Amino acid sequence: MSDELDRVAGKGLINRRHLLKVGLGGIGTALTTNAFGADAGLKLQIPQWSQRPGPGTSNYGSPSPFTGHLQRSAGTPNPIYPGGGASRSPLQHLQGTITPNSLHFERHHSGVPAIDPAQHKLVINGLVDQPLVFSYEDLLKYPMVSKIYFLECSGNSGTLYGKTPTDGSAQSIHGLVSGAEWTGIPLSTLLDEAGVKTEAKWIAAVGADGASMGRSVPLAKALDDVMVALYQNGEPIRPEQGYPMRLFVPGWEGNISVKWLTQLKLTQEASHFRDETSKYTDTMTDRRSLQFTFPMGTKSLITSPSGQMLLPHKGVYKVTGIAWSGAGSIRRVEVSADGGRSWADAMIESHQSEKALARFSIPWQWDGGDGILQSRATDSAGNIQPSRDTLLAERGLISFYHYHGIQSWGINTAGEIKNVYT
Amino acid sequence: MFTLKTLKFSFALISAVFLSLFNSQAQTVRLGQAISESQLSNFDLVAGPDGSGFPAGSGTAKAGKAVFDSKCAACHAATGEGVSGNTILVGGDIHSEGNPLRTVGSYWPHASTVFDFIRRAMPANAPKSLSGKEVYQVTAYVLFLNDIIDEETVLNKESLMEIQMPNKDGFIDLSHLH
Repeated sequence: MSDELDRVAGKGLINRRHLLKVGLGGIGTALTTNAFGADAGLKLQIPQWSQRPGPGTSNYGSPSPFTGHLQRSAGTPNPIYPGGGASRSPLQHLQGTITPNSLHFERHHSGVPAIDPAQHKLVINGLVDQPLVFSYEDLLKYPMVSKIYFLECSGNSGTLYGKTPTDGSAQSIHGLVSGAEWTGIPLSTLLDEAGVKTEAKWIAAVGADGASMGRSVPLAKALDDVMVALYQNGEPIRPEQGYPMRLFVPGWEGNISVKWLTQLKLTQEASHFRDETSKYTDTMTDRRSLQFTFPMGTKSLITSPSGQMLLPHKGVYKVTGIAWSGAGSIRRVEVSADGGRSWADAMIESHQSEKALARFSIPWQWDGGDGILQSRATDSAGNIQPSRDTLLAERGLISFYHYHGIQSWGINTAGEIKNVYT
Repeated sequence: MFTLKTLKFSFALISAVFLSLFNSQAQTVRLGQAISESQLSNFDLVAGPDGSGFPAGSGTAKAGKAVFDSKCAACHAATGEGVSGNTILVGGDIHSEGNPLRTVGSYWPHASTVFDFIRRAMPANAPKSLSGKEVYQVTAYVLFLNDIIDEETVLNKESLMEIQMPNKDGFIDLSHLH
């Protein structure tokens, strides 16, 4: 059977079109049975649930009890950092490019504030002709735009700067990235209303959380594609994503998309907040630190099969993953099964929107041997995702943020998959 | 009967009317309420390295010790040595071997950030509970613990701007790239 497969790269990668031709079953998950075989003893019966009515409608939907393993990793509370921390999206269990709101990653610096939208204010002040205050109700009346974007914490995948590879999953290593449709008011609309003075070059964006988390946004970016987001995937933004409103800064490190947005202060210089000096800065090998390294790099990873999964048997698997870039859209994703010696083009299954997740896949026949699965993204600006070695040569080992090197998933003869370095 | 030409014309006309309606509507949504900066004096807490946004008042490290002992030391320990990674306020050398310890003394480029962060985010269990005077005092104490000022230095809006942080030249601003 394997002789008939159109092999396109080493260790079992099959032409990305092959799936379409053979109609490979179990396309949603990698770890399914061999679709090329058939069980002669199988005789299908009408299941129980087809023999009685089920429960009726509900006012608020819930996921199937069989998908209870789709959970964020919330971690344990830290008494000296009340409300602080992060939860990660279960990337290995998700498909498509939109992260369900309940599973979108979180990062809080002082917990989730319980904001009453009727009392929440958005202030624009500083270097403006007329300082303004907006109510939530009034903001809902503005014309809005809806855009699909990724959001990634700049600390995502940071553990891969470490000297030894963490034994982790796609979720634990890379789960600080999610995708959603964000709906809101272009920031330029509100800035026009206040009238930006010519000397203004930055905007201090401040949240209404306990930490009053603040970040400085360059005015040029603010006028380009930044929005005051009010809806996420069609519903009002969830409290942990900034209800009732957040700044959304497409393609840039997640921290700058300030949640629970309550103030936009036009300034001449950056405000040099804690989270753009002490944190979210990148120390190079010469011990100088890069500041305002905003865009997220060109990146991809295979989400299935991935770390801590097990290949139950030899056979054909669907390799799938996500790719994104802060510099544009995803043009190409290549996959290797032999640790980067040979590469094959994966199929892009999704839209290829600017600064949004793209979904890729390619069939792969595992012959029971060892191998290393990798993916490599190219974006519309021509940026190619670097290898870990190339990234470290550029950034050193002291840096922590903006890791976007190629992820290597090692497979041993037992079918166990582990995060490895090549 | 409509000819193709009139159809095209009608379409163009309708489009023009629709667009002008839409544009005029977009331009008339102006719902921000005017407010003055003085009305925002309790609300706008952003204090930057240009000296803007700092409140009146002053404090010394000597006076700050008592505040620090009662409100900060539980997490940051008596002299800022901390109880775990992010609570360490003192020590570190950016040029040390391996991954350097990054603290107020070894890493932070601006003294204004120390004041701004304490004022808005600290203490972590009761942010914004310190008075303006207490924020000056605690800022002075943290700078004193890092050997940046002495115990008697009076920290206020003006003197804070004159402080040179040890790692002030350690950053490369890349904002021009974006």
